Amino acid sequence: MSDVPVLRIEGLEAKVAESELGILNGLDLQIGKGEIHAIMGPNGSGKSTLAKVLAGHPGYEVTSGTVTFRGEDLLTLEADERSLAGVFLAFQYPVEIAGVSIANFLRTAVQAHLPEGEELDIFDFSDILTERMAMLDMDVTFAERHVNDGFSGGEKKRNEILQMAMLKPKLAVMDETDSGLDIDALKIVADGVNKLLAEDPDMSVLLITHYQRLLDYIKPHHVHVMVDGRIVESGGPEVALELEANGYRTYETIEPSANGSAPVA
Amino acid sequence: MPVNETVGDLNLDEYKYDFITTSEPVFRAQKGLSEEVVRQISAHKDEPEWMLDFRLKALKVYESKPMPKWGGDLDGLEAVLDEIYFYVRPQDQMERSWDDVPDEIKNTFEKLGIPEAERKVLAGVGAQYESEMVYHSLREEWQKQGVIFDSIEDGLKNHPELFREHFGTIIPTGDNKFSAMNSAVWSGGSFVYVPKGVSLDTPLQAYFRVNQERMGQFERTLIIIDEGAQAHYIEGCTAPVYSTESFHSGVIEIIVKDNARFRYTTIQNWSNNMYNLVTQRAIVGAGGHMEWLDGNLGSKLTMKYPSCYLMGEGAHGEILSIAYSGDGQHQDTGGKVVHVAPYTTSSIVSKSISKGTGRSTYRGLCKVHEGAHHARSNVECDALLINDTSRTDTYPYIEIEESDASVGHEASVSKIGEEQLFYLTSRGIRADEAMAMIVRGFIEPIAKQLPLEYAVELNRLIEMEMEGSVG
Repeated sequence: MSDVPVLRIEGLEAKVAESELGILNGLDLQIGKGEIHAIMGPNGSGKSTLAKVLAGHPGYEVTSGTVTFRGEDLLTLEADERSLAGVFLAFQYPVEIAGVSIANFLRTAVQAHLPEGEELDIFDFSDILTERMAMLDMDVTFAERHVNDGFSGGEKKRNEILQMAMLKPKLAVMDETDSGLDIDALKIVADGVNKLLAEDPDMSVLLITHYQRLLDYIKPHHVHVMVDGRIVESGGPEVALELEANGYRTYETIEPSANGSAPVA
Repeated sequence: MPVNETVGDLNLDEYKYDFITTSEPVFRAQKGLSEEVVRQISAHKDEPEWMLDFRLKALKVYESKPMPKWGGDLDGLEAVLDEIYFYVRPQDQMERSWDDVPDEIKNTFEKLGIPEAERKVLAGVGAQYESEMVYHSLREEWQKQGVIFDSIEDGLKNHPELFREHFGTIIPTGDNKFSAMNSAVWSGGSFVYVPKGVSLDTPLQAYFRVNQERMGQFERTLIIIDEGAQAHYIEGCTAPVYSTESFHSGVIEIIVKDNARFRYTTIQNWSNNMYNLVTQRAIVGAGGHMEWLDGNLGSKLTMKYPSCYLMGEGAHGEILSIAYSGDGQHQDTGGKVVHVAPYTTSSIVSKSISKGTGRSTYRGLCKVHEGAHHARSNVECDALLINDTSRTDTYPYIEIEESDASVGHEASVSKIGEEQLFYLTSRGIRADEAMAMIVRGFIEPIAKQLPLEYAVELNRLIEMEMEGSVG
C-alpha cells in the first residue's frame, strides 16, 4: 500500500540473553502502512519472541539482522524509545502493577509521549480517557483500578486495547491477544481494534496468533506461517484457512528446524 | 514579626534568635553523659525537685544496662556518644549559617522544590514565621475547647499535676537502655491533652509548635487523649533533616482512654550518619482506637517499634509502617501489639524498600495474654528489594497464652521484576520513572493514609531515590 514499509525485518536472528538458545533464525518480514499482517505458528516457533524483540525486551539478544521502523534502526532504541517512536505491544500476559491506578499509569505514559517540555493538561487527559473508555464500552470506574491487579483474562486484554487507544501507535503488535478469551470477550477486544483501525487507517497491525478464530474478527491482508524462528510461507487470508484445516504438521516436515533436529514423526 | 523583614542577613538572624535570651548567661553542657550534665539540664530548665530525681535515677539505670545485642549494629555507637553534647540550648543550635549546610542537602531541597524559607528551617538555620499566624488562630480555637498543646517543658511548668500523673507511666525508665538515657537527658517534644469528648478536625502538627525551637535529639512527648476524644498528631516531614548531630533517641508516650481515637503520624528522613533509636508506646482503653503511622527514611540505623497495649475490652491498635533503606542504611523497624483484654483487635502492616546495600528488618511482636479471649490480630509485612545487593529480614515473634484467639501473619519479599519494568517502559515510560512508579505502588496502601502534602513529598522523594537506580 505504500512504497516505504513501516516495518522491515531482514535476516533477524535472536537468542535468549546470556544463553545459546537461538529462537529467531533468519526472519524476514515487511509491513506497509495501514496493512494488517498475521503471523501464525505452532507453540515454540518464536512468535512471541518476535513480538518481544520488536518491543525491546531486555531478556533477548539480537545476534544478526536488521529491523527498520519508518526508516529508523529500531534495534538501537530502548523499549521506552520504541514506544515513543510508535511501536506498541499488546502483551500476551499483561503484568500486574500493584498500587498503581490505570489512570495514573496512562497519564504517565501519555505525558512521556508528549514533546519535551510540554505538560499534559490533566483535564484534557481526563476528557480523552473518558472518551476512549466510552469507545471501548468500558466503565469509567475501571480507570481507578490498579493495573491488571485481580483482572479477569478479558479485562486484562481490554486494558491493553485501552492503552493502545490512548497511545495511538503507528504499529500495533498484538501477541496472542485471543489467548484465554471466551468468544464474547474476543469479540469485544476485536471490536475495539477495528474501531481504532477505522479511526486511523494508516495504523499497521501485526497479529500474532495460534488460532484462526481471531482472524474471523480482525481481517488480515497478509498471513505468514512461522516455524522454527523464520517465516516459511506467506500469502493471503487463505493461508490461515488452510492451516485451520491441515494444521502445522505439513510445514514442520518440509522445513526441518535450523539446528538439524528431526521433525516430530 | 513583619513578613517583609528579610531573612538571610546573618547578623539579623542572630538578633532574631537571641532576642528571647540575651540576658541569660551562655550555657553549654559538656561532651558526654554524666551526673553533672544531667544536673545542669534540670537546673537550666528550672525543674521541680522530683524531675531532677527522676533524671538522676534514670541515669543510674542507663549506666547499669548493657548495650543491646540485638537489632542493628551498635558497635560504633559508644564512640559517638562520648563525643556528643547531651544538651544544647535551642538558640545555640541555631548558630549555624546556610553556608555550612552541605551541598548534598541543599540539592535535595532544590529537587524537592521546598520553598526557600522552609529549607532554612529544615537545615536548622531559620524559622518559618508565616506559619505562626496559622498556628495562633488554631491555638485559640483549641484553647477554647480545653486542649493543651505545649512544649513538654511548658507542659511540666503549666500543668504539673496532669503531667506528673502520666509522665513515665507508659514507658518506664528501665524499659530499655535508650528509654533510660532519654529519661535522664530529655529535652524538647510535645505535651498534649485532649479533654473528654473533644474531637479535633485539624491535626495537631508538631511542625507548628517547633518552628522556633528545633526538635531536640532527646525529644520526649506525652499525649493524653481523654475518654471519647479524637485527635491526630503529625510530627516530622519527608524532607531530609540536616543535623550535625549523629544520635537521636526519643520517647513517645501515649494514653488513649476509653472510646477515644488517636492517630500519631510521623515521617522522618534523617541524614545518613544518624543513629535513630526511638521508643514509642500507646496504651489503649476499652473501645479505644490507636493508630501509628510511621515512616522511616534515612539514618544510618533506625531501631523503632511503635507499640499498642490493648488494655480495655474491644480496644483496637493499628501500626502502619514504611521503611526505606538506601546504601549503607539499616532500618530495623516493625511494631508490637499486646492484647491484654478480651475482644481486642490489632493489625500491623509493614512495607520496606531496600536499595543498593540498604537493609530492612521487620521485627514485630504479637502477644495475647491469658484472658484476652476473642482477640484478633493480623500482621502483614512486605519487603521490596531494588537490587541484588539489598537485604531484608523478618523476625515476627508471636506469643499466645489464650486458646481463643486468632492471629495471622503474612510476609512477602519481592524484587522489582524485569517483566514489570518492561511492561511500563514499553509504554514509553523511562526506566527510572517506571521503577519509582512500582515503588510508589508498593507503598500506596500506606501512603494513601498520609495527609496529602506528606504523600506528595514522599512520592517525590522516592522518584529522586530511584534516579540512577536502573542499569
